[in-house]
Amino acid sequence: MIPGEITPRLGFAAVLVLVAIWATPFAWMLVASVRPGAFGAGGMASLVPDFVPTAANFAEAWDSADFARYYLNTILICGGILAVQIVTISLAGYAFARLRFPGRTFLFYAFLIQLMLVPVVLLVPNLRTVAQLGLYDTLPGVMAPYFASAFGTFLMRQAFRTIPQELEDAALMDGARWHELVRHVYLPLAKPSLIAFSIVSVTSHWNEFLWPLMVINDPDKRPLTLGLATFTRGAEGAQAWGVIAAGTILVIAPLVLAFALFQRRFVNSFLASGLK
Amino acid sequence: MAVRRRLALPAWRPKGLLGLALLAPSLVFLGLFTYWPVLQVLWQSLHAEARRQTVFVGLGNYRALFADPAFAAALVNNLVYALGTVVPSLVLALGFALALSSSTRLNAALRAILFLPVLIPLVAASSLFLFIFLPQVGLLDHYLAKLGVQGANWLGDPDVALWSLMGLTIWKNAGYYMLFFLAGLQGIPEESYEAARLDGANSWQRLRYVTLPYLRPTLSFVAVIALLNVVTQVDHIFILTKGGPSDSTNLLLFYVYQQAVERYDLGKAAAATVVSLALLLALSATSLRRMERRTDAEEAR
Repeated sequence: MIPGEITPRLGFAAVLVLVAIWATPFAWMLVASVRPGAFGAGGMASLVPDFVPTAANFAEAWDSADFARYYLNTILICGGILAVQIVTISLAGYAFARLRFPGRTFLFYAFLIQLMLVPVVLLVPNLRTVAQLGLYDTLPGVMAPYFASAFGTFLMRQAFRTIPQELEDAALMDGARWHELVRHVYLPLAKPSLIAFSIVSVTSHWNEFLWPLMVINDPDKRPLTLGLATFTRGAEGAQAWGVIAAGTILVIAPLVLAFALFQRRFVNSFLASGLK
Repeated sequence: MAVRRRLALPAWRPKGLLGLALLAPSLVFLGLFTYWPVLQVLWQSLHAEARRQTVFVGLGNYRALFADPAFAAALVNNLVYALGTVVPSLVLALGFALALSSSTRLNAALRAILFLPVLIPLVAASSLFLFIFLPQVGLLDHYLAKLGVQGANWLGDPDVALWSLMGLTIWKNAGYYMLFFLAGLQGIPEESYEAARLDGANSWQRLRYVTLPYLRPTLSFVAVIALLNVVTQVDHIFILTKGGPSDSTNLLLFYVYQQAVERYDLGKAAAATVVSLALLLALSATSLRRMERRTDAEEAR
């Protein structure tokens, strides 16, 4: 080995230390969430589980905020957005991939603008639009700005373009209409891209905070992130750190579990999401 | 190919109309929530509400905006925050990718840990860091004390708070950028390293003359994403500092929120939004050009 080869090993050791630092907040979260007598901060900082674990913090968190309803709202928001998006991006993706029409290039760039002008930056005028549509303080109001997706359209266009034209020609010969074509030829073949898009879409809306904060007023319509923020404010006053840790786990658990199960798919989807 | 395609199509198909019809659903929502709000915010930024009437004030809102020390603070903070998070995140992400690029079981586990913060809401990360940054008894101070280091008032000291938030942001995002570098590293041909080794290049020289040049497109691409995130993600401010103490952690988007929701000053909020839009568009110009090149390359294939 030439002398220079020592640096990679040093580098790896440094990265090991950093990974330990990266894992520490999660380690604390796990330990603190099951630590008994979690009121007051004394001893809360220890990462050593020197106690009999308790579920009291989770019970406390579950009781002090309406997590069941927050879950329902978040699921409705993510599901509603995704359902509409799949329709809009499939149609637009097919148009951009296979159809000729006037203004195609211009419209394509007009779509791409949305990659930068993310709705959250335009929150003040968007809030006004949502109010004018009568959607203030409703879940559809949270969803509406995301119904069109430039990223999704781009992804579907890329996927559709790789599908051989011969398949379309053959289906057309058999008398298929365009919507039958999209449903039975294009969408099934673009399934990996659809899954990638779904993962990115659900993750980003599951985690979103600022836009729902603007639109939602009624406590019963809060999604998980809003619920957690309110809940944290309350529990912080009481110094109930173990309860905050438990509440945080409740919010992040579904996505973290999904990631643990489908790591490969998540990683590929997030790579694709770099387009935005 | 083009000829054959045209032949295969029944003559009655109004393809031009169909294309536009398929775009219509998307265009309705893009119009409502992307194009229209831009026009609206431009118009709003030139007007003010006075006695229930909307009057044209020209650049008045902008003058008021730039005269507002809180806005100046937000602008400077955002700049410091951008530099202070993007550069370390990218360096760390590159380091992580270089160290963990070979796909062993251990590396996969380590990469998963680094990626975990990306998956959780910024609000949830902030809830955790609330305790980490707690003075004296919090996680950070507890372990710093064991090392004999005096902690700080991480979120309460105006000189420190923004740096604490940067720490959180780096922790949250570095794993995301790592993915792109990992993908970029896979694109480097093994022969380049072989050649460099035969020339007697040590590991630093291989990094400098082989790896980094290959990763340049990835690097600039990731830098744009990271900069976009700096402008559009402010959720942690809501939980941890609310822009304080004394505006030391106020960022542009949070300032817009404050003006609109807490002060009801829509003109100023709109003017501040226009400033952020200008920043975003300047950024997007670079990345759009990249996208264009990519599309062209495909078209040529």
